[in-house]
Amino acid sequence: MALDFVSILYIGALGLLLLGTFGLVTTTHLFRLILALALAEAGVNLLLILSGYRGGAQPPILGFGPQDMPMVDPIPQALVLTAIVIGVGVQALAVAAAVRIYRRYGTLDLVALKAHLEGDLARKQGIAPPKSAEKPAGERPLSPVPPRPQEP
Amino acid sequence: MLETVALILVILVLSAGVLVLCLQSLMGAVVAASVVSLGVSVLFVLLRAPDVALTEAAVGAGLSTVVLALGLRKLGLWRIEGDRGEAHALVPTDRREREDA
Repeated sequence: MALDFVSILYIGALGLLLLGTFGLVTTTHLFRLILALALAEAGVNLLLILSGYRGGAQPPILGFGPQDMPMVDPIPQALVLTAIVIGVGVQALAVAAAVRIYRRYGTLDLVALKAHLEGDLARKQGIAPPKSAEKPAGERPLSPVPPRPQEP
Repeated sequence: MLETVALILVILVLSAGVLVLCLQSLMGAVVAASVVSLGVSVLFVLLRAPDVALTEAAVGAGLSTVVLALGLRKLGLWRIEGDRGEAHALVPTDRREREDA
């Protein structure tokens, strides 16, 4: 086979990380943002475990298998074990925040939410809310070229 | 042999990852995220990290899916048949108007 074991896993881990980052940047739905975060997190965990791997080694468990064999590095495994649990905590917090946001504004669309939040902040400071960047501020000026007369 | 298993699992995980971002139904996306977690946990077993694989399967694939599905139900985006959901309690209130007044 052209690719060896570690390269395949590196491709998988980096692919997951890239997919998650792509989703974080491009999505407009708040819930899908949480899912993309979970995706990137799985990729990072795989990458960390992969950094402690060595070929032909034993799992780092005392009394498991022959004692004179080399072990894989247990430090990244211990850290990733913590990171998985913390990741679920972050997800639960994000879901709770999404429920609160939906209760307040009635939408989960990120563009609409940004307008709502900026309007709220401006109202709190007593200034006019900022104009939307998506729509032109006024009427588009007419083209100086008159429209071509219709063919009879 | 090991390479073949890893290749199949990586393809499964990456295609499920694409599905997370592409599926219209958010419940389907949550299930695809759970599939990603399960595939990654099998990859952890291949990487000689059985304890991490156990945790990922139980917490990453199990608990996190439950949390996300319950969140979807609370947001009214996922509905079981014959279930009113909890979305009726979540219609945006007139709180903002009261705060403004």
